[in-house]
Amino acid sequence: MSVPFSARHIGPDATETSAMLKVLGAASLDDFIAKAVPAKLRAKRALALEPALSEAEALAKLKHIASKNKIFTSLIGMGYYGTHTPPVILRNVLENPGWYTAYTPYQAEVSQGRLEALLNYQQMVMDLTGLDIANASLLDEATAAAEAMAMAKRHAKSNSSIFFVDANTHEQTIGVLQTRASGFGITLKIADVAELKASQVFGALLSYPGSSGALRDYSSVISKLHEAGALAIMATDLLALTLLKSPGELGADIALGSTQRFGVPMGFGGPHAAFFAVKDELKRIMPGRLIGVSVDAKGNRALRMALQTREQHIRRDKATSNICTAQVLLAVMAGFYACWYGPEGLKAMAEDIHAKTQRLAGALKISGHHIVSETFFDTLTVKVVGGAKRIIAAAAKIAINLRVIDKDHVGISLDETTTDEVIEKLLRVFGAKATISAGGIPLNLKRQSKFLTHPVFHRYRTETEMMRYMRLLQGKDLALDQAMIALGSCTMKLNAAAEMIPVTWPEFGALHPFAPRAQTKGYAELFVSLEKMLCDITGFDAVSLQPNAGSQGEYAGLMAIRRYHDANGGKARDVCLIPISAHGTNPASAAMCSMKIVVVACDALGNVDVADLEAKAQQHSADLAALMITYPSTHGVYEDSIMDICRIIHAHGGQVYLDGANLNAQVGLMRPAELGADVCHMNLHKTFCIPHGGGGPGMGPIGVRAHLAAHLPGHDVMRLPSGKRGAVSAAPFGSASILPISWMYIAMMGAEGLTQATKMAVLNANYMAARLKPHFPILYTGPAGTVAHECILDLRWVKERSGISVEDVAKRLADYGFHAPTMSFPVVDTLMVEPTESEAKGELDRFCDAMIAIAKEIADVEHGRVDKLDNALKNAPHTHQDLLGEWHHPYSKTQAFFPLGDHGFKYWPPVKRVDNVYGDRNLICSCPPMEDYLVAAE
Amino acid sequence: MKFSKDHEWVTVSGGIATIGISTHAQEQLGDVVFVDLPKKGRVVKAHESVATVESVKAASDVYVPVSGEVVEVNAELAGDPALVNRAPEAEGWFMKVKLSNEAELAGLMDKTAYDKFVS
Repeated sequence: MSVPFSARHIGPDATETSAMLKVLGAASLDDFIAKAVPAKLRAKRALALEPALSEAEALAKLKHIASKNKIFTSLIGMGYYGTHTPPVILRNVLENPGWYTAYTPYQAEVSQGRLEALLNYQQMVMDLTGLDIANASLLDEATAAAEAMAMAKRHAKSNSSIFFVDANTHEQTIGVLQTRASGFGITLKIADVAELKASQVFGALLSYPGSSGALRDYSSVISKLHEAGALAIMATDLLALTLLKSPGELGADIALGSTQRFGVPMGFGGPHAAFFAVKDELKRIMPGRLIGVSVDAKGNRALRMALQTREQHIRRDKATSNICTAQVLLAVMAGFYACWYGPEGLKAMAEDIHAKTQRLAGALKISGHHIVSETFFDTLTVKVVGGAKRIIAAAAKIAINLRVIDKDHVGISLDETTTDEVIEKLLRVFGAKATISAGGIPLNLKRQSKFLTHPVFHRYRTETEMMRYMRLLQGKDLALDQAMIALGSCTMKLNAAAEMIPVTWPEFGALHPFAPRAQTKGYAELFVSLEKMLCDITGFDAVSLQPNAGSQGEYAGLMAIRRYHDANGGKARDVCLIPISAHGTNPASAAMCSMKIVVVACDALGNVDVADLEAKAQQHSADLAALMITYPSTHGVYEDSIMDICRIIHAHGGQVYLDGANLNAQVGLMRPAELGADVCHMNLHKTFCIPHGGGGPGMGPIGVRAHLAAHLPGHDVMRLPSGKRGAVSAAPFGSASILPISWMYIAMMGAEGLTQATKMAVLNANYMAARLKPHFPILYTGPAGTVAHECILDLRWVKERSGISVEDVAKRLADYGFHAPTMSFPVVDTLMVEPTESEAKGELDRFCDAMIAIAKEIADVEHGRVDKLDNALKNAPHTHQDLLGEWHHPYSKTQAFFPLGDHGFKYWPPVKRVDNVYGDRNLICSCPPMEDYLVAAE
Repeated sequence: MKFSKDHEWVTVSGGIATIGISTHAQEQLGDVVFVDLPKKGRVVKAHESVATVESVKAASDVYVPVSGEVVEVNAELAGDPALVNRAPEAEGWFMKVKLSNEAELAGLMDKTAYDKFVS
């Protein structure tokens, strides 16, 4: 008899569970849950999922589904290319929990490794685009283009509301631009660049190379845009830029694109990191995360996220973007790919692809085919009058996919995986023979400038060195492979190996998102199966898997509401009610849909003030569009008024958007749809085990009730049941290749396992709250004195009494070997603790012991037993460098480094407290010169 | 020196108002890392957001308490934003505005009233 997977996933066993229940004074888990979760909210029926599978059974079942995908050689292009993930990166990063289970690097001191990897990535993007500053990645190329459009609208001197889009842009990018433009009230002009009238637009997106492969020199177009006070944005390709004059040299203000072909599998559309680089003057309005160089408390070089006040959680409805996350794991891979190949390796690869494309062009021309553009890098558009269908079919017969453009044109994109054999086969399809080369990169667009000159792109050419460099960086970071990460609202639960294994199966990884449906039946089956699971769990009628993050789910959900109102005589409905306690992304998303935000108050207990909500709904009865509400609340409490709240909104003609950030506290116990929600996003990276990847990828599918189903995101290239309109991501199914993770989790847990997980998450949180309560007050609790799946420790009194800040406590936890809980969200000077169900009692106790020991350290400061400034909290974290030389502090080394004794393992923070102010006042977001590395090492 | 409810201060000399943010405001913000100032010559209306001030934890709009034309901005702040923390109600001023309606000054608080307002 094998152990059920749920027993591997859930931390505490029966003995530990009863010990915890005893502390809480409960007779059984069900009794406790009955007390903690209001009865009227409980699910009307149990989950109806298929019986739980073992790891082996689930892997076998999924393999069977995956085998229905057919792996063809993809020459479709359109922003997705074949690539070989270097095995050294595949094994040491993509398949390595040290990298994929880390959180977003908010706690810089325990994140130096991936911060350095991201800095390498930023340097790579800056070098290749020739621009001044690059962010740490966006979700995909299409949304990056939409972000650039929004930025241009905000920054351009031109008062126009027209944005020009080069007609030779990938269709999926144009689709997302259309959705975003409608939300912002921007008009798109999609035409050939020859028709661009600079004086009439606030910005223009130019594709370089174009989607057809064609290359144009845009420098004079860019000058004209600048003269007219408009911004020039280029969608481009990093590998092409190793041979092409950079966007910066052509004068572009913004460059963006995908880094997928730098070693990240196509994965049927994602996840991939989109790059985004801008001129210096635009850096403060650039969306996304930005890694910067600063110093630590000893003046040594240290990295951290810079200019964080640009982010939506600070700007709220004034944000230019609702983007919350990056694609860190994929950006890290792309950056390492550049380290591994270096400039000469990348250039040689690009030259090889380019030469093959030239040979192909020559052969096709000689045999009488018309190549639409003589200038190209790796993509040809071939005119085959009336013959496209025949050519596509002939290629498909030998397992090659070409791009279907129209009945007279096919597209061919080569990549690093294209062999001579594939070229030979292609020539046979076209009835051509290899002879001479033709066309290519025009002389005036050939790159002369250097790139990737920094030593980091030259040092790691052997696998031994590369492996050790990546291991060195990994060792600087605290991820789930070392300790629990009790980040409230972030749900850092187990990302089981069995869930992760299918991600790198070629049947999932090697598929182009626009491959013919006949080849992607496995994916189709997976989606249907997963959607059914998610509908059962949430009670909704339809699901869109397209949104690539929670924020994108919010946007997609609000746009669905927007379109629903428009279609039902509610065009005037544009007010969005948002409780004051909401995450800043909510107002940012609403603002992107041109909704007006009306804030709803909370009462002293942190609950939504129902009287205030009712008054405001009443007041806006004629123009109420939606309410956005998080459940359980951001305060970690099951509010029992949620059903009344939904009723009030519906009575006034509004729709309820339930932010599913805390859905993990509902699974199996209640359903968003039964609570009254019309739409809800599901953070698959929280509740359904997709790892956080060090700050991305994520997935934020939305579930909707039937009346909204027709308004779910469509897709321009691969038509969906909801049509073509309203795409929110480049790929029709978002980051499809990580969906197997959530499918595996649900399949292996089954109805009982999932419900048990929710109960145990609530039990773990309440157990920790009970242990910590005597030392740190719990800020909010429900009617029964319990919390939901997380609890807020109130430290607001600490500073006043002792001068110790919440930040001191957070950094001190690193000395104890822990990542800090969520700091100052949703309430300033508090810590929000979420243990998840995956942590066993031993680890919960270890964390509680650390917090209790810290409480004692605070008391020592408060009562004058130790110095107010020179103490273990103020000096935290303590690094190995603190051991060099004399020890001058009034506390012992043992207290500094082993405050709870030696438990057989010690995490060494690599830097002391990072100086955020210094870094933001002296902004550097590129790799520092090598001498600095040497100085830092001394 | 007069104060607005949005935590700006104003002093007037010869029809020119010098404007900055209060000591209380900079304490709330913490270490200022960047100040974005309006262009000289811009005509501003009272209560309009004309500048932003950023610390590592917050980005705040600065509302001009009086109407007029911006005749000078404090160039020092570009290189030394910490001046706002060191001398908020003196060298850390933001801009000078040529008043178009002196009557607006009457709507502002004096120091005693402002101190009471923020306490």
